[in-house]
Amino acid sequence: MKFRAKIVDAACLNHFTRVSNMIAKLAKICTLRIRPDKLNFILSDKLASGGVSMWCELEQENFFSEFQMEGVSADNNEIYLELTSENLSRALKTVQNARTLKIKLTNKYFPCLTVSVELQLSVSSSNRIVTHDIPINIIPRKLWKDLQEPLVPDSDVSIYLPVLKTMKNIVEKMKNISNHLVIEANLNGELNLKIETELVCVTTHFKGLGNPPLASQSCRDRSPGELTEVHIEIKKLLQFLAGQQVNPTKAVCNLVKNRIVYFDLLHEDVSLQYFIPALS
Amino acid sequence: MGAGPAGGGAREDYSGLVLWLPGPSYGTLCRRVLSLTPIAGWARVWCLDGMKCLVTGGNVKVLGKAVHSLSRMGDELYLEPLDDGLSLRTVNSSRSAYACFLFAPLFFQQYQVATSDLDTLRCKIQMKSFLSVFRSLATLEKTVEKCCISLSSRSSSLVIQLHCKYGVKKTHNLSFQDCESLQAVFNPASCPHVLRAPARVLGDAILPFSPALAEVTLGIGRGRRVILRSYQEEEADSTVKAMVTEMSIGEEDFQQLQAPEGVAITFCLKEFRGLLSFAESANLPLSIHFDAPGRPAIFTIEDSLLDGHFVLATLADLDPHLQYLGSPELPRTAPQLQAHSSSQLDDFASDDIDSYMIAMETAAGSSGSRAQPPISLSPGFQTSHDPSLHADEEAEPSTVPGTPPPKKFRSLFFGSILAPVHSPQGPSPVLAEDSDGEG
Repeated sequence: MKFRAKIVDAACLNHFTRVSNMIAKLAKICTLRIRPDKLNFILSDKLASGGVSMWCELEQENFFSEFQMEGVSADNNEIYLELTSENLSRALKTVQNARTLKIKLTNKYFPCLTVSVELQLSVSSSNRIVTHDIPINIIPRKLWKDLQEPLVPDSDVSIYLPVLKTMKNIVEKMKNISNHLVIEANLNGELNLKIETELVCVTTHFKGLGNPPLASQSCRDRSPGELTEVHIEIKKLLQFLAGQQVNPTKAVCNLVKNRIVYFDLLHEDVSLQYFIPALS
Repeated sequence: MGAGPAGGGAREDYSGLVLWLPGPSYGTLCRRVLSLTPIAGWARVWCLDGMKCLVTGGNVKVLGKAVHSLSRMGDELYLEPLDDGLSLRTVNSSRSAYACFLFAPLFFQQYQVATSDLDTLRCKIQMKSFLSVFRSLATLEKTVEKCCISLSSRSSSLVIQLHCKYGVKKTHNLSFQDCESLQAVFNPASCPHVLRAPARVLGDAILPFSPALAEVTLGIGRGRRVILRSYQEEEADSTVKAMVTEMSIGEEDFQQLQAPEGVAITFCLKEFRGLLSFAESANLPLSIHFDAPGRPAIFTIEDSLLDGHFVLATLADLDPHLQYLGSPELPRTAPQLQAHSSSQLDDFASDDIDSYMIAMETAAGSSGSRAQPPISLSPGFQTSHDPSLHADEEAEPSTVPGTPPPKKFRSLFFGSILAPVHSPQGPSPVLAEDSDGEG
């Protein structure tokens, strides 16, 4: 099992750093799946994550100038490894001035993902070499089935999200009042965030958001004004919103009544799907 | 004192000059006189019995920075005026680190020490209190014009007066305790290894390390490169390993590098940052004198007006994983170090994960859990502590921690100026002479 890759472009390095910062905010420990054509950051919906799951995908050739991998075996040409996401984002943060970045799978004292760069701060200084060895756990083949791309359920309503920063500020304030909120939307471009306690109800209305083209027949049968609602934990929504430091290229929210909310985001060429289950 | 001649006069005696003057006798309480200011026929005598230093201009901020630097290490500041300047010292709670800044008389606009009894001028002050005077360096720089530190033999408070702009004068009275001289017995010249670099080089070198990192290993690797690596103590039952960060710097960045490949020491990064930040702001080179693991490492900076010494204990047992820094006989010799510096050699020879993978599959069995196969981690470190040798530095019987520090660092031996020197390093110059027996 081998993996090694190289980034030589500053813009690609910045973008990769932003992706890893986002992942670090969304999942403390996540799975990295390496395939010849793509990389995935995966969080599966186990008890530990409270039922939240995440699927992030990027095309490796958009980032790496060199990319070589050899999976577990010829017919299972993939690598699944588990790491603490903060380690990766911290490692990348310290190497922003580098010209080239190398990542590879190593087994120094324990299996690691080694990130290394060469830095030259000025003409007169020597070449500095910075290496970060990020400890990883190799995930055995028998567990791979739990880490596959999630089946996306048919949504009752799909709607484009408002500016995420605004949404985050509002949800942050709501968090002080209630632990859970109701997110509801319709096909008329209206999205509401509602919280309700014994003393107070607060609703924030977003209008004019627009809806993506209708995907399924069931959507077409609905009356446009009909609101679909899902009841979720505020903390989970907030964690998702906090991870979006940059406004995405595309952001869609999908609601399946009383079952799940899932967000479908595109940050330039990196796609992110984030699933928050409904509270029972 | 005795009555003097009726018409006034002067007499020299063993403790200095004593003047009898007509009129109000200012001199009766003083044992040593420093200056005379003739005013309208009367000799006005100003006597100092104690210490007075005046810091002006940019040096106020320098002094403040030194205090900040010391505050990161210890909770008490030991202030002692010496012949060669004013010393500010501290030691950390586990006695594994000691710091001293010595400000030469020329650092001050005025530096006056006058007393018959040097013992009374040593004081130990709460670091928090002292720091509060210099807390905001920005404010010091902008508004403080002069800083006067004075200590009278008779009083029990240290007075720090800040003369600020617009005639504002801030006076701080800090109470202190008498103490014995705090000294660590050490001698940079006895350390075989030295490296010296501008502070900025070292400052840049520690940037990749997390601010929370406690300890770091410094050593010389292949190709005479200076290596800094994060050090994390392995906990026996912990399955979560920490990220390892390593910075490698070329020899040419150092003004002096006198150490063979393979030597390495591990010390507290947090305490080192204290001196480093001061050295960076003063733009001074920093020297590191060190010896075998377990022996204290001495970090020094100096210029014509001040010098700083930080003495930090080092880990006695070296992490076996680090032994690859140069020693060729260990199995896992580090192609890594070479690989990092020359990409042509960057092959997968060191990426031996296959054998690990196979072991993984068979060990996992039917459990279905993601248990790691038992990799033997480095053996736990023996706590090495120096149980016997630190002396009281309090005048009164006090609770000097006699128990070994919980950390694995060997506590530095502090030679009391009164006790015979049992220093493992042999007789070394002490910073101040014994004060037993005054003439």
